[in-house]
Amino acid sequence: MRNDARARSHPSYWAFIVHRVSGLLLTLFLPFHFWALGQALNGEAALDGFLRWTSQPLVKVAEIGLVVLLAAHLTGGLRLLALEFLAWRDWAKTLIAIAAGLSVAAGLAFALGL
Amino acid sequence: MTDMLKVSIWRGREDGALQTFDVPRRDNQTVLDVVTYIQRSLDPTLSYRFSCRVGMCGSCAMQVNGRARWTCRTHVSKVVDGDALEIRPLSNLPVVKDLVTDMAPFFDKWAQAKGQFKGTATRKDDFARVSPDSPMRRLANAAIECIGCGVCYSACDVVSWKPDYLGPAAMNRAWTLINDERDGARRERLEAVAGDAGCHACHTHMSCTEQCPKQLSPTASIAGLKRTVAGAVLKGEL
Amino acid sequence: MSARAQVWLWIAQRASAAVLALCVLVHLVLMIYAVRGGLSAGEILGRTRGSVGWLAFYGVFVAAVAVHGPIGLRNILTETFGWRGAGLNLGVGVVGVALLFWGGRAVFAVFTG
Repeated sequence: MRNDARARSHPSYWAFIVHRVSGLLLTLFLPFHFWALGQALNGEAALDGFLRWTSQPLVKVAEIGLVVLLAAHLTGGLRLLALEFLAWRDWAKTLIAIAAGLSVAAGLAFALGL
Repeated sequence: MTDMLKVSIWRGREDGALQTFDVPRRDNQTVLDVVTYIQRSLDPTLSYRFSCRVGMCGSCAMQVNGRARWTCRTHVSKVVDGDALEIRPLSNLPVVKDLVTDMAPFFDKWAQAKGQFKGTATRKDDFARVSPDSPMRRLANAAIECIGCGVCYSACDVVSWKPDYLGPAAMNRAWTLINDERDGARRERLEAVAGDAGCHACHTHMSCTEQCPKQLSPTASIAGLKRTVAGAVLKGEL
Repeated sequence: MSARAQVWLWIAQRASAAVLALCVLVHLVLMIYAVRGGLSAGEILGRTRGSVGWLAFYGVFVAAVAVHGPIGLRNILTETFGWRGAGLNLGVGVVGVALLFWGGRAVFAVFTG
């Protein structure tokens, strides 16, 4: 007998899912990111050509998504480091809220700057 | 005309099915009352466990509407979904019949995690003097009230995903013993809880802490084990 | 893999996480600042070309990612598909080496670009 979603509907579990999914998506994104930057080996014009492609609206939306993923993984990770290395406190749930808030803030800051 | 509850109960073993019963709803009814009513008045072939029925022994632990609970301490009014209750045996354990699980794997892992006190004193020695305010004793006391009911083990998804994962209860107990200054098996215990089958596989889901009927935090105990084991490895003690 | 080796993996994961916390913070702030009003190769390379400071920073960043990513991936693969043993470790090891190579190439590219 295994658990279903009813046993998983609490904040710490959602934090785990966000952390795992964001980590996986970021790892899958990285090869593409490295390839894009590697275009500089073909000269500044080659890199510029690629960057022009990224100015499309859909790509910009994806970039905002990536910033949120990165901020979420960072803040979620800091929460985990706090839970594992600092003496245990009862404000674990508050940490989740702070992590979520900072991630959204990062995404907004990026989006508003475009 | 009494209100009725629609109660779905797991029948069979690992493969089986939910069977629905109509149970009269009463004031101050617990889920254990419901199961008992079904077995005594509707279907005597239903198998389930209970003992003290006052929230001390943990025998009546089952899954109610998807979460593991002590059924004797769970009021129907708190968990009922409209008029529906779904009652299943604990997760992550072999199903013997209906609502009864085989607790052997749970206690086997308790032993694997070296969850037993190893004394070093003899009858000729004086009593150990352990201050209840000492940091280690505070840590042990925060986790010591576990009665081995299996709710946390059922709640834990890492147990589902990794069959050899020791689980929250076994490691919570190991943590209390690591913090017991009288204990003489520290090294073996740290070895027992290290690695992929041990504390380092905990992903801080905190389902155990969320569902523990005694409000213990196995997550906190396991975090303590992570620090202690890693520290021992870094210092070359392990 | 012995239990002690598994503990070392956990330690490496947390240590690289701490390094990445700093690197990602810098990177995020930089991206938010730098991408305002558009991004050009000139802007990027103007910062990184010939800069030993950025070379060192991104070099450490890539190394930490090459440690942190594969260890996380290893957990996901074991828990989702039940893979374990030498095959799994080799697989994620290859991912780590690939990240190190491609990341190092990118760092080199913007240093020399």
